[in-house]
Amino acid sequence: MTTASTRLEARDVTLGYEQRVVAEGLTLAVPDGRVTVIVGPNACGKSTLLRALARLLAPSAGTVVLDGGDVRGYRTKEVARRLALLPQAVEVPDGISVLDLVARGRFAHQRMLRQWSRDDATAVRAAMAATGVDELADRGVGELSGGQRQRVLLAMVLAQQSGLLLLDEPTTFLDLAHQYEVLELCRRLNRERGDTIVAVLHDLNQAARYADHLVVMSAGRIVAEGPPAELLDAELVERVFGLPVQVIADPVTGSPLVIPLPGLDAGAGPGAGAAAHAGGAP
Amino acid sequence: MPVLALLGCAGILIGSRVIDPATAWQALTAFDRADDAQLIVRELRVPRTLLAMLVGAALGAAGAIMQALTRNPLAEPGLLGINAGAGAAAATGIGLGFTVGAFGHVLFAFAGAAIAAVLVAALGGAFGAGSDPVRLTLSGAALSVVLGAYTQALLINYPSVFEDFRFWVVGSLQGRDWELVPAAAAVIIPTLMVALLLTRSLNAAALGSDLGRALGADLRRTWIVSALVVIVLCGAATAAAGPIGFLGLVAPLAARQLAGPDYRWIVPLSMVGAAALLTAADVVARVVTPPAETRTAILMALIGAPVFIAVVRRRRLVRL
Repeated sequence: MTTASTRLEARDVTLGYEQRVVAEGLTLAVPDGRVTVIVGPNACGKSTLLRALARLLAPSAGTVVLDGGDVRGYRTKEVARRLALLPQAVEVPDGISVLDLVARGRFAHQRMLRQWSRDDATAVRAAMAATGVDELADRGVGELSGGQRQRVLLAMVLAQQSGLLLLDEPTTFLDLAHQYEVLELCRRLNRERGDTIVAVLHDLNQAARYADHLVVMSAGRIVAEGPPAELLDAELVERVFGLPVQVIADPVTGSPLVIPLPGLDAGAGPGAGAAAHAGGAP
Repeated sequence: MPVLALLGCAGILIGSRVIDPATAWQALTAFDRADDAQLIVRELRVPRTLLAMLVGAALGAAGAIMQALTRNPLAEPGLLGINAGAGAAAATGIGLGFTVGAFGHVLFAFAGAAIAAVLVAALGGAFGAGSDPVRLTLSGAALSVVLGAYTQALLINYPSVFEDFRFWVVGSLQGRDWELVPAAAAVIIPTLMVALLLTRSLNAAALGSDLGRALGADLRRTWIVSALVVIVLCGAATAAAGPIGFLGLVAPLAARQLAGPDYRWIVPLSMVGAAALLTAADVVARVVTPPAETRTAILMALIGAPVFIAVVRRRRLVRL
């Protein structure tokens, strides 16, 4: 591992719900000021890891360290001032306006009595400008397109001013153009504001393209991490996802491009022989 | 607020005997015990109107908070059986002979409200991951029926309790003691303050439990404090006026229509709105079937039931 500084890390954590262990012995240091993307098959523990990093789930063993202290030692508000999480499915209250929703990102900065300060107004305005939703301020969130809605939600967690954003599958439920709109936005927030971003993504090619640091999980373990170009090869993808693939350099961006080869598997005959054949194709 | 003030005046002036404003003013500023009309104002109308406002505000706030907590547009102290619980416990108290003034009622009503709240939450799966509005409402209805039957059985078997209890259980502001007002105020007003302090956390909670906590809200604390507030408000209101249904449903829904989904507005508006509505219902109750009086709760049901049906039919029971 590099010597890059980190504000947030998981140290040998075991995670689960009640009796069921979802992930064991996870150790991950989130590099500051970079885009980290977590990928892996369904139910491999990606979202669970994200929830643990955000202190929404207490590890049954190990610790999550945030800014040098055990995350469980902080008060809820303190955690919220240091990191923000956008869950996968957000239930937006009926009839709420864009401005009101973004303003709810300021909860952790407000006090019982002095409820709305100039800092709050500045932060909300900056967050809306950064995500390009300032012109939507008075619109109802319910009437927005999927991409606009996701940008508004990003503005809300940006208004938290934590500098550390955890995003759980921010592109699900979006059509293709809006997926890239959101991913570009995340990269811009990282490049221009220096925000640290950790995102769980489903699409390997999007992950390879937007991640500085890629984390590959499988069955509750981190099986590989590092820069996507060094990490992603056909062997790894097949091992983790159980799908024969070919990996080439994206002709446009140069990042690894994963090309699934399921048809060859089925067409070339039974089982392992076909997979080996596909793996050796290049 | 102006509407509430106006209704307050109406509450003092209108009744089976209409009193002119000058007399009422005299009764408040220069009381003359010999004057019948002034006596009515001082001893009956003023406490009754104040009580209507207190009870209304309590039920309105409790309804708004319950809707926020359960994310259920049908959550309401009446529908969820909390008022029935307070009623059954108070009846038990009276039956057992513990009628130590206004506070005795209140204590039993608190206990009943708390037990009913826990029961209905457990039955309705509110402690589980995703609470279902329909299941919660059905549990409340079922619990109300059971507790209602228990209360009835108690009344039939202990006729002595019956007289004491008869007016109270239907929900009426008629014939309540003056001494109830300061007692109810002492409990309800501070609790309403706490309710107002909760509103920002309720806003965060409305975004779902993960996001709410990620935004910095201590949702466990919010839940506990909110539940206590609801139990105290419902217990106090029910002890003071008997079970009054639908008010906690109608007022928050109207407030939400008016102010949008922001609980910093919904909760105070529900308080004021419900106080106004109950005061108005109480005035109407006095004049609709002269010279007798209709029970306030019956009027509330007349107003509230259509709203309830409209919500069920129109909103597909969206979660809040």
